[in-house]
Amino acid sequence: MSTPSGLSRRRFLQTSGALVIGFYVAPRSGLAAMQAPAAPALPDPNAFLRIGEDESVTVILAHSEMGQGVWTALPMLVAEELGCDWAKVRAEEAPAAPVYAHPAFGMQMTGGSSSTYSELDRYRYAGAVAREMLIQAAAEQWKVDPSACRAEAGFVVSGDKRLSFGKLAAAAQKRTPPATVKLKDPKDWKIAGRPTKRLDSPEKVTGQAQFGMDVRLPGMLTALVARAPIFGGTVKGFRAEKAKAVPGVKAVVQVPSGVAVVGEHFWAAKLGRDALEIDWDPGPGADLDTQRLREEFRAAAGTPGTKAAAAGDVDAALKSAAKTVEAEYEVPYLAHAPMEPLNCTVRIGADGAEVWTGTQFQTMDQTVTAKIAGLKPEQVKIHTMFLGGGFGRRATPTSDFVSEAVQVAKAAGGAAPIKVVWTREDDIHGGYYRPMYVHRLRVGLGADGKPVAWRQTIVGQSILEGTPFAPMMIKNGIDDTSVEGVADSPYVKGTASHLVDLHSPKKTIPVLWLRSVGHSHTAFVMETFVDDLARAAGQEPLEYRRRLLSEHPRHLGVLNLAAEKAGWGRPLSGGRARGLAVHESFGSWMAQVAEVSVASGRVRVHRVVCAVDCGICVNPAGVRAQVEGAVAFGLSAALHGELTFKDGRVQQSNFHDYPLLRLNEMPEVEVHIVPSSEKAGGIGEPGVPPVAPAVANAIFAATGQRLRRLPFRLA
Amino acid sequence: MKTTRPTMYGRAAISSAAVLAALAALLPAASPAAAPSKEEGVAAFETVRAVLQHPRCQNCHIPGDAPLQLDDGRPHTMGVVRGSDGKGAPGLPCATCHGVTNPPTSYGPHVPPGAPTWHLPPPERKMVFIGLSSGEVCRRLKDEKQNGGKNLDALFHHMAEDKLVLWGWSPGAGRAPVPVPHDELVAKLKQWIAAGAPCAP
Amino acid sequence: MKLNVNGKEYEAAAPDDMPLLWVLRDILGLTGTKFGCGMAQCGACTVHVDGQAVRSCVTPAASVQGHAVKTIEGLSAPGLSAIQRAWIEEDVVQCGYCQPGQIMAAAALLAARPHPSDADIDNAMSANLCRCGTYLRIRAAVRRAAELAGRTA
Repeated sequence: MSTPSGLSRRRFLQTSGALVIGFYVAPRSGLAAMQAPAAPALPDPNAFLRIGEDESVTVILAHSEMGQGVWTALPMLVAEELGCDWAKVRAEEAPAAPVYAHPAFGMQMTGGSSSTYSELDRYRYAGAVAREMLIQAAAEQWKVDPSACRAEAGFVVSGDKRLSFGKLAAAAQKRTPPATVKLKDPKDWKIAGRPTKRLDSPEKVTGQAQFGMDVRLPGMLTALVARAPIFGGTVKGFRAEKAKAVPGVKAVVQVPSGVAVVGEHFWAAKLGRDALEIDWDPGPGADLDTQRLREEFRAAAGTPGTKAAAAGDVDAALKSAAKTVEAEYEVPYLAHAPMEPLNCTVRIGADGAEVWTGTQFQTMDQTVTAKIAGLKPEQVKIHTMFLGGGFGRRATPTSDFVSEAVQVAKAAGGAAPIKVVWTREDDIHGGYYRPMYVHRLRVGLGADGKPVAWRQTIVGQSILEGTPFAPMMIKNGIDDTSVEGVADSPYVKGTASHLVDLHSPKKTIPVLWLRSVGHSHTAFVMETFVDDLARAAGQEPLEYRRRLLSEHPRHLGVLNLAAEKAGWGRPLSGGRARGLAVHESFGSWMAQVAEVSVASGRVRVHRVVCAVDCGICVNPAGVRAQVEGAVAFGLSAALHGELTFKDGRVQQSNFHDYPLLRLNEMPEVEVHIVPSSEKAGGIGEPGVPPVAPAVANAIFAATGQRLRRLPFRLA
Repeated sequence: MKTTRPTMYGRAAISSAAVLAALAALLPAASPAAAPSKEEGVAAFETVRAVLQHPRCQNCHIPGDAPLQLDDGRPHTMGVVRGSDGKGAPGLPCATCHGVTNPPTSYGPHVPPGAPTWHLPPPERKMVFIGLSSGEVCRRLKDEKQNGGKNLDALFHHMAEDKLVLWGWSPGAGRAPVPVPHDELVAKLKQWIAAGAPCAP
Repeated sequence: MKLNVNGKEYEAAAPDDMPLLWVLRDILGLTGTKFGCGMAQCGACTVHVDGQAVRSCVTPAASVQGHAVKTIEGLSAPGLSAIQRAWIEEDVVQCGYCQPGQIMAAAALLAARPHPSDADIDNAMSANLCRCGTYLRIRAAVRRAAELAGRTA
């Protein structure tokens, strides 16, 4: 049996009688602009599940568990086809290996709300092939035809004969995998498609779950890194005497990102870092200033950019329009601020390196680690720990927090594993932010109130520029993540004359995708602006959207469902008002109705009714949880989130000045799922985009104030 | 590092001895002189009022149930409430975050400050100072129904010795201390009391 | 220094001003208590000292000598507490990182108010951050824990 390089054979075969199985499934089309990987020459039969003699079924996850529930959803897919007892199902993270490459993205990673839908086939096939091999093993033992056998609840059954999976596993492993298997029709699902509680709850409520931060190894040391206070800054010189005098400090070493203090534990390293004296060369970003950025972006928004979408003669159409509406929008830089600060533990040995961390980008981490340590990728073992939140921050194209930890371990030398820990201040100051954007719109309406000309300019840093993804994902100068939700908007596409253009100014600020990426700002702009258009057209916002979206049944489906469940149009008491938004992202459709009141200058969001169409739904309980959480995430950005720069420095540092939504601000959330047999879409992110516009529209309904900047600041 | 720092849960051993010594020095010194006039008493109270209406004091002497924080008196984050005894919400007392001393400076500039028995006045006698005139503060301060049954002597000792009050002069990094020196407050208090604790109209 | 954690006596070689959080995690190996902010803003580090919720990240370890410290590990022994069962039944966790702190905060609330009102829950639980946004389920789980505890009492 072959194993892919870098995979320990023993890992999968250590349980005697283990059945491990896996194979290659052709990539789905249209998932992303990235190229699909070439089919591996030898599919690895070990990769995706293991059946133990104790009847346990361990599903091996090609994706990281960061709260989104792959620890439960992917095992559900396997169990559905395998026919095992759900109570016996476990999960574990896969090592980094080519066999675990994302079916569409070609590298091992977690992101884009794609884990469940991209694995819908591969994990089901893994279960189905295993089932057939178990059945063959039983049939041979019983001398019956396999067609007379079936798998149910962890047994192969034929007439009055039954054998457990655990007893059959060793024999099944020797069988030749079937050339073809047929997957169940989702309407016949017994496990998948049903609300299922998380498998990772017991360890997470007892403190036993192991996050990257919790890694403890014999002889391990902890390091903190002093990084440049200004992006692009570099170390001119430093004095380490005082730091080295701190009890417990073992070493002070320079690395490309700054100066690392290595100590016996966090506290020694922290006090050591406090005692460092560093002269920084501030570099070209020393005068970075949010007010100036704002002026620069606004000026750029008045000039033509690179075309992202165009049709007709927009200038002529604007001139002849019955009415024109204009507006300018702005959203700030945002930090992901996952609750677990970044961290990474590295051990560099003579014949290889090991990395323990919570990451969304295993392939990148493995490659980068190998390069820095002077190893081959297969000599680098990545241990994916639970992620204490990701939201995109743990998916950096530069592998920033992993590569830095490898640099520290390399510079420190020695055999001791080193854990680099970021403080919260390091996290907030650490860059890789959702970029600031300015949008300017000028839309002309026809006599019937519908748009006849749509002109929109977007200004903001490109996330992909300068990354390894740029050649694949920046097309004709357009970073799709800057314009998604606008360039492909049904409002824009439905307007005969339209022009969407983009400026991507280069700045020293590292930027990155944050939960819902471009949709985190474009939905806010589009859905509040459409409310303004409705008003300009003298039409009711729901009716107006229905007219504009009349040829988009899935938009209409969620729009109507949310409106009905929220009681749209029915009177509200207590000074409350409603606002509506609908947006498609990551292959799913989401409408939300927010109920809001404004008192003493404060916005209070009472209730958010959500309707989602995510196609085939694997775990409805997980879908609900993701949408509830997305509402909280969207509200943090809408009500609180803002990073600003002054004299080159980020002015915020921790949760006292970069506040997140708290429990007493959490509205009631209802989640209504549209029953669907359509292609499955994503669910981790689509709940975020409609939150800010739904709330903004409700604030407008309550107060008459149209807020076009995030976070909301009432006049 | 100090090893004699008071323990968080043990008896607080802050050096109140120094304060008492200062008081002892002040109290007899004033006795031979004639009692100050009412005008002098009212003038002396102005200093007391300025202290009580400094953010270090008035942030917790608030009309509602949500304390304020920092020098600009913004609402305390986290929806913190007074609670039935002034010590916070059930399960989330002030002491969950506020220890009996300010944390060591190595903990950073934004950590919650601490002093023994960190609390607000209880809800039945809130002792609000915010937005009141000098006369109003004065009358409220003296009103034993509102001040927790404190006569002038008890009031004096509260402001002269209470460790939570004294924290206002050493509030830790990032917070302005009460600008009036504490011994000046004590002297003015004494003068005011000696004048018969008069209040401006 | 001598510490009593989860009913067990420990001798920890740590500087007196080292925060209890880091003594628990890096010296005693009790990693269930989490580091989130280091300044009592997020509640991930919540433990109990003599039954009261305390932010271990701003509490000098030396200051709790002679007092009983309880961590999430102590709450989990011998079996799951009603609160933890409620957390599982309500399917609260997502990434799970903040949840030990949430659960310790909820335990302190339920000790002080066995049948908390909605306002009690909001007041006691708003000092604990959850970036995944599990707040609705935290509310529900606290209510359910109160029921479960009432049933077994």
